[in-house]
Amino acid sequence: MKQFSLLSRRVAALFLTPGAILVGLFILLPFFWVIFVSFTNRTLLGRTALNPEFVGLQNYVRLFDPATFFTRGQFGSSLIITTEFVLLSALVGQALLGLLLAWLMQAIRPGLKRFVEAMVIGAWILPEVVIGFAWFAFLDYDNGTLNMILRGLGLPPGDFLLQQPFWVIVIFNTWRGAAFSMMLFNSAFASIPPSYFQAADVAGASSWQKFRDIALPLIRGHVVTDLILITMWTFNVFTPFLLTHGGPAYRTELLSIYNYRVAFRDFEFGKGAAVGVIIMLINLVLALIYLSIGRRKSKAEKEAAT
Amino acid sequence: MSGGAFLSRIGFSVLAALLGVLFALPLIWFIFAPFNARAEMGLALPDPWTLSNFVTVFQNAFAVRALFNSLIQSVGGVILIGAAATLAAYALSRSTIPGKSAVTYVLLLFSSVVSGSAAMVPIFLIISAMGLIDTQLAVILVFAGGLLPTAMFILRDFIDGIPKSYEESAMVAGASPLQAFFDVALPVIRPGIVVIVVWAFVNIWGSFLIPFILLRSSEQMPASVAIYSFYSEAGTPIVTLLAAYALIYSLPVVLLYLFVSWRFGFRFFGGIKA
Amino acid sequence: MASVVFENVTKTFGSFTAVAGVDLSIGDGEFVCLLGPSGCGKTTSLRMIAGLETPSSGKIFIGDQDVTGLHPKDRQISMVFQDYALYPHMNLADNIAYPLKVRGESVEKRHGRAREVADVLKIGTLLNRLPSQISGGQQQRTSLARALVYPSRVYLFDEPLSNLDAKLRLEARGFLNHLQRDMGMTAVYVTHDQAEAMALATRIAVMDQGRIVQYAPPIEIYRRPATTFVANFVGNPPMNLVPVEAAHGDGQLLLSADGLALGGLPMSSGVATALQASKALTLGIRPEHLTVAAPGAANAIAGKLFANENMGPESLVTIERADGSRVTARVFTDDHIELGTDVTLGFSLEHVHLFDSTGARIPADGEMPL
Repeated sequence: MKQFSLLSRRVAALFLTPGAILVGLFILLPFFWVIFVSFTNRTLLGRTALNPEFVGLQNYVRLFDPATFFTRGQFGSSLIITTEFVLLSALVGQALLGLLLAWLMQAIRPGLKRFVEAMVIGAWILPEVVIGFAWFAFLDYDNGTLNMILRGLGLPPGDFLLQQPFWVIVIFNTWRGAAFSMMLFNSAFASIPPSYFQAADVAGASSWQKFRDIALPLIRGHVVTDLILITMWTFNVFTPFLLTHGGPAYRTELLSIYNYRVAFRDFEFGKGAAVGVIIMLINLVLALIYLSIGRRKSKAEKEAAT
Repeated sequence: MSGGAFLSRIGFSVLAALLGVLFALPLIWFIFAPFNARAEMGLALPDPWTLSNFVTVFQNAFAVRALFNSLIQSVGGVILIGAAATLAAYALSRSTIPGKSAVTYVLLLFSSVVSGSAAMVPIFLIISAMGLIDTQLAVILVFAGGLLPTAMFILRDFIDGIPKSYEESAMVAGASPLQAFFDVALPVIRPGIVVIVVWAFVNIWGSFLIPFILLRSSEQMPASVAIYSFYSEAGTPIVTLLAAYALIYSLPVVLLYLFVSWRFGFRFFGGIKA
Repeated sequence: MASVVFENVTKTFGSFTAVAGVDLSIGDGEFVCLLGPSGCGKTTSLRMIAGLETPSSGKIFIGDQDVTGLHPKDRQISMVFQDYALYPHMNLADNIAYPLKVRGESVEKRHGRAREVADVLKIGTLLNRLPSQISGGQQQRTSLARALVYPSRVYLFDEPLSNLDAKLRLEARGFLNHLQRDMGMTAVYVTHDQAEAMALATRIAVMDQGRIVQYAPPIEIYRRPATTFVANFVGNPPMNLVPVEAAHGDGQLLLSADGLALGGLPMSSGVATALQASKALTLGIRPEHLTVAAPGAANAIAGKLFANENMGPESLVTIERADGSRVTARVFTDDHIELGTDVTLGFSLEHVHLFDSTGARIPADGEMPL
């Protein structure tokens, strides 16, 4: 007997087809293909473009070669730079700054709150090329706004892009992404019943105590979620390229930028694919952690509700 | 309010204001430079305020064409994503296909793992194999595929929240499943589709890496790559052109953000339900 | 209008059996209520008449037509949903007229008809509003209007009044009663509210765990419940059920329980059969058939006062027996009774119900077998 359902299986399959094709071609296929290419010595030009040979783990071996691992401009160096970058600009920078901003937003009057939010969110939503250029102008040694202010305050100006490029991109990325953490913590704080804080006020708690003893424990789950998400995003971010192109001398060459250079400047697709696979593995680990935490949280919520 | 609380409130306000200003600093330049016919990298008050830079932009065929390309890519991508995601999300929500929720989560997992940064090589190879290198279509397709899982996830969640009794009552009243879908379900899903469309538009409009990899000739470049080439090419960038152009390029994003937060509050930006 | 027949209908969801081999026959023009607690299979049964669920086995007929595999749109039925299912993007006129739109009627015709029905239901002035702009009661009537706007053979109702507050519910109930009798519509109505079923139905099908336990006119259900389940479910406050030990002597039935004083009951064939299985029977007596009696009365049950709730028109006097079980009486007294006082509740034998050890009713001699 034909079962009734709101959407028959035949029509449902039809509905799913366009999406399935797109996802299959541009997410699933690349996933498998990048793994495959990483085992070849394929390049864009020359002999190995038309006839790439299977080389097994050679690409990976070369990437992790202890002799070159820490050399500037090699994979190991890029991996280290990227890890430091993520730790500093995401975990320390964006999360802490976002937390601080969200906490401040609770305590200031609405007009000021709207102004600060607008600025922070503006940094996040503007297209990446625009803000890359904005910072380019901002940091200009001769006329840039930053040096103008420093000179005005009597401080020495600096050619930051040339001399402290790593710190530039750390601060840049913190500035760029803090909005997300701020909004996440904002909504986390908003979900705490105000009576909790009022009770603390009555008991004479200071702001820091209220933050440490009430707010922080209650939003712990959100903190973890936030950290994992921004870690994933920062790990894959390409935007600093627009500011420093990975230089000078590979000092800001994040994994994504290194991947780009290897594949599209050096035309070594096989090696680039290997880098891509490694990035995907790291993403996978982070994504699985995120999913397992999410499932654990919803299971706990379900148990609490019964 | 006690004295101590008053002081700490002032302290907070000062700190918040300071942070606000710090965040605004790199962008202040944009308030002045586009309207300054003699704009340079430095911060300077326009004297006089003028719109001549914008005129220059619109006289630059390359720049205008690039904006147009951005529009084609964004609108094309958005149409594709909107249609595909709505159909797929509806099917996932309303049908009895086994393993539906597993499929959604697996897809979401894949889409976050297979990022642009990780998959640039195979995406290039796939597009080459399809003969689509240096076409707008390539960018549209790649983005449609990449953004689809998140769009489907958000929409499916949204559709799950719509009572099935809507379509059921329509069918009891005599509607076929397709009639019920178009008359009753689709209009109610529309707000969710709007959110998806805006989110996808902003993503594609602002993207740099994918068009950078997939497009070769300058006629195909979208505005993002155009701006990049303006200031990264050897020699001094034409700041007046750049400033005005960047402002024009940013405008749709800012307007859309204002529109969404006016209509819906800030819930879906970033693909995450905040 | 048409009849509805279930022929050995079963519906399973995985390992869960929602409806177990149900036979049901609803006559043309009848108002049948499917009554029972959550999960008893009443809503599933209703949805199978509508075609929103397909039976796992068995057949369903509307009129003479086997509709078992038919899509809802081909069954010529109307349905009012519990959440009203009003389309939020359409105004009331479009909502009500939708079934006619689907049938290809012109705009004037269908809006004219919508107005007709809306006027009857007293929502004619609201036709330009959106569902979000009207009250719950008006939404309910809009939903009803949409069901009435086109010709149907059977009208299905899925707990349509449960989202209304008490006063509105009574009004709507009276209106539905009037409407059905006036139109002669075949109506199948799902509810868990026994008062609603009693007020509206020509016959009630009491369901439990996927089966129909009793299918009879309301007064029959009330006066001669087929099982302790039915006895307990219908009637407010529910029937008092007292476990008793049975013995027979001198051709009489003797029942004993703590605090129970009961003269001998006539032995009937039904009782004799029941006793062969077990001597543990259940005695049932409705609260309105108990009165406050003097201690030592002939047919009475005694205990200590547990609660005395004066409701206005009557009082509910509840006593607690030695074993902790309680018996409630509906009496007309404003007397104050001290908590813990010994109270005797008397009754007359004609109001006594007997159930065997399985909970099935033991019919008295001469009573029609159920």
